[in-house]
Amino acid sequence: MSSMSKIDRLRSSASVQRKVGIGLRLIVAVFLIIFSIFPILWVISASLNSTGTLATQTLIPAKPSLDNYRTLLTTNEFPFWTWFWNSIKIAGITSVLSLAITTIAAYAFSRFRFRGRQTMLKGIMLINVFPALLALVATFLMISQIGDVLPFIGLDNHTSLILVYLGSAMGINIWLMKGFLDTIPREIDESAMVEGATHTQIFTKLILPLLRPILIVIAIINYIGTYGEFVMARVLLRSNEHYTLMVGLQIFTGAQFAQRWGVFAAGALIGALPIMIIYLLLQDQIVGGLTQGAVKG
Amino acid sequence: MSSIASQGIQTVKASSKPPVLPRLLKFIGLIILDSFVVWLSLKLFSFGYYPLVAVFVIIAIFVNVVLLRKEAYPLRWMVVGLVLMAMFTIYPIFFTVWVSFTNYGESHLITKKQAVDQILNYKYLPQAGKAYTWTAFKTPEGDYALWLIDANGIGYLAKVGVPPTQPVPGEASIGELDKNGIPKTIAGYERLNPIQAATDNNLTNLLFGDPGKTIQVRSPSEAAELLPLYVYDLAKDAMTNQETGMVYTNLRGIFTSSSGEQIRPGFVATIGLSNFKNFFISPALRGPLVEVTTWNFAFAILSLLLNFSLGLAIAILYNDRYFPYKKLIRTLLIIPYTVPALITILIWRGMLNPEIGVVNRILDSSIGLSPEWYTNQWWAKFAILLVNLWLSYPYFMLICSGALQSIPPDIYEAAIVDGARPWQQFRRITLPLLLVAVGPLLIASFVFNFNNFNLIYLFNAGGPPIPNTPTPAGYTDILISYVYNLAFSGSRGVDYGFAAAITIIIFVIVGVITLFQFRYTRMWEEVSENV
Repeated sequence: MSSMSKIDRLRSSASVQRKVGIGLRLIVAVFLIIFSIFPILWVISASLNSTGTLATQTLIPAKPSLDNYRTLLTTNEFPFWTWFWNSIKIAGITSVLSLAITTIAAYAFSRFRFRGRQTMLKGIMLINVFPALLALVATFLMISQIGDVLPFIGLDNHTSLILVYLGSAMGINIWLMKGFLDTIPREIDESAMVEGATHTQIFTKLILPLLRPILIVIAIINYIGTYGEFVMARVLLRSNEHYTLMVGLQIFTGAQFAQRWGVFAAGALIGALPIMIIYLLLQDQIVGGLTQGAVKG
Repeated sequence: MSSIASQGIQTVKASSKPPVLPRLLKFIGLIILDSFVVWLSLKLFSFGYYPLVAVFVIIAIFVNVVLLRKEAYPLRWMVVGLVLMAMFTIYPIFFTVWVSFTNYGESHLITKKQAVDQILNYKYLPQAGKAYTWTAFKTPEGDYALWLIDANGIGYLAKVGVPPTQPVPGEASIGELDKNGIPKTIAGYERLNPIQAATDNNLTNLLFGDPGKTIQVRSPSEAAELLPLYVYDLAKDAMTNQETGMVYTNLRGIFTSSSGEQIRPGFVATIGLSNFKNFFISPALRGPLVEVTTWNFAFAILSLLLNFSLGLAIAILYNDRYFPYKKLIRTLLIIPYTVPALITILIWRGMLNPEIGVVNRILDSSIGLSPEWYTNQWWAKFAILLVNLWLSYPYFMLICSGALQSIPPDIYEAAIVDGARPWQQFRRITLPLLLVAVGPLLIASFVFNFNNFNLIYLFNAGGPPIPNTPTPAGYTDILISYVYNLAFSGSRGVDYGFAAAITIIIFVIVGVITLFQFRYTRMWEEVSENV
């Protein structure tokens, strides 16, 4: 009898301990969350602050209004919507084309056996150890040289920027995609082949539908990466109406940043929103992709 | 299994004859592509961009082989990707290596061919030799024309920018000739009398005709054709000035006389290991470079430690299936990760503004501290680590909680039975198992931070500046942002050669670290398992 109550007491003390532990951890969580979302709240508040300067801002705006958004919509001073559209366009085209290149090439690596296959796979990985950023100067000089002959792939041009982005399509994603393709049993292909299907048919009719979920995740990771890319765009694009949103925002902050803080905040929020929504909706899938080895760039 | 598959492929291929139309289209496509590449190569050649010509020719040959040879069939599936990779990833790497051995930069920006062509176009006005007598005409808008008569009495009409013509009087707006053989009128022009012409200061500066045959007024009575100022001697690689007879030899990318006089423009020339020597032994550069390199390593290591520790701590703290609001907490904590990095860096830049930013207002009113985030080097370094912590801890939190869940719980149960304390459990079980899983990602993250250009450049562009440096450098500059300044800032002249040399040095550092990673984690074997 007495031993039973001892166990009960032990149990209840363990559950008290656990409750205290959870409570403490919740308090820590509150502090962490404040650290994590304060800058975002601050920017939301800045974008609603009608006076629009850094100095006059408070966390809860005294006179909330949408003036900053209105300025953004109507101003002729800087083409915010053109920048925004440029970013969406470039990221969209790049991610679709890059996905196509990666998938088709990965199919060949997964399904064909040919001489030099392993060497090529390893070579691709080695080449991608060289950070693209380091070749910045060379890429710039090269594009400016090509532009002397073919102006439509020269400096200050979206085509050349997209081509440069696509240059890294044969990168680490080939390994990822090949890994997924390897998990699709080859018996599927073989039975189709017996019935006379060509490789093109097998790829488009059989494999692509099976790949759809992972294709979407890789396309989104690509899209987010390209949308946020700054350095290459900064170096290759020269004129105001060709800038991407990231370049535009950076240049905008160069002049009278503190005075136009409110307008910047509104622009930053609009620019960040699409990506934030994608992330939060698909966090489980993207986290899966992350742990496969993609580092945010 | 694979042998059956390949047999299958072969029988299918043998039985199906390739249709004619696609083959025809392929050939036409290749012919168009090849002729385009030939045209492009010739054009690039005329600019002297020889490495680029080589790249295009090699790529074109590769594409032809892949599309025409049957055994290259698998490569057809990746030909576009390979071409783009060769052009925009591999070629820039080789180009960087080449540039690092040259003096590419301010006053050495163009190829030798372009420079020689440009110099050979320089003209001078000979003081003797073939000459014309001239009469000037002028439009009300201020355009000039010259009527020239050579030694044989033949008349020419010369205007600026177009080749001289030999018009027939009475036609094409040219009026009748007077007794000296000069047209009395030219439609739209007014004839200047000798005194007007002699006192018109514009006239002697104008170059009539096009660059093929340029004519300039030499004296009130004579005009003469300009002659090339320099003659190039290919064997000696030297320029000779025709006016003075001075010889200029090619000295490290610029034609220089024995007295040190130079002919602009200079051109790109290989200068051996000079750039690398400068990096390691130039006393003027040593100060900032030691500073920059030290901070580069400190920044990458400290960032990794801080960000990983916070991410891991959070992951462990909430690694509990039954923790209340777990999903909500995670969602709120990964918010920093969801905003494009550039935008958050700029937001922090505003928040840390020393006079009016929110952080200093709070700090000042609560504890009376007002750090100078941009002008004091230590505060600037602290701010950069703080911003990077905010940007990156969610990433480590995510990968650590993923890895923690993969550690089997019975290991802990066994450890508890053996009397292990929580700290011992963490030290002996969690950390080693976790490091195996996330080790490669940690090294990738170190490499990423080692070259985290965006953060440094966008937050404060490497400031505050280090005083008295030969090239612009700041206390928070890392090597890659220093390279960017060298190549693009242009305040004291660009130096692509030196920038490329530093790039190569960074690459060696990054390469050694990555190689170490492959060795240490045996990731190579793991990755090649499936090959």
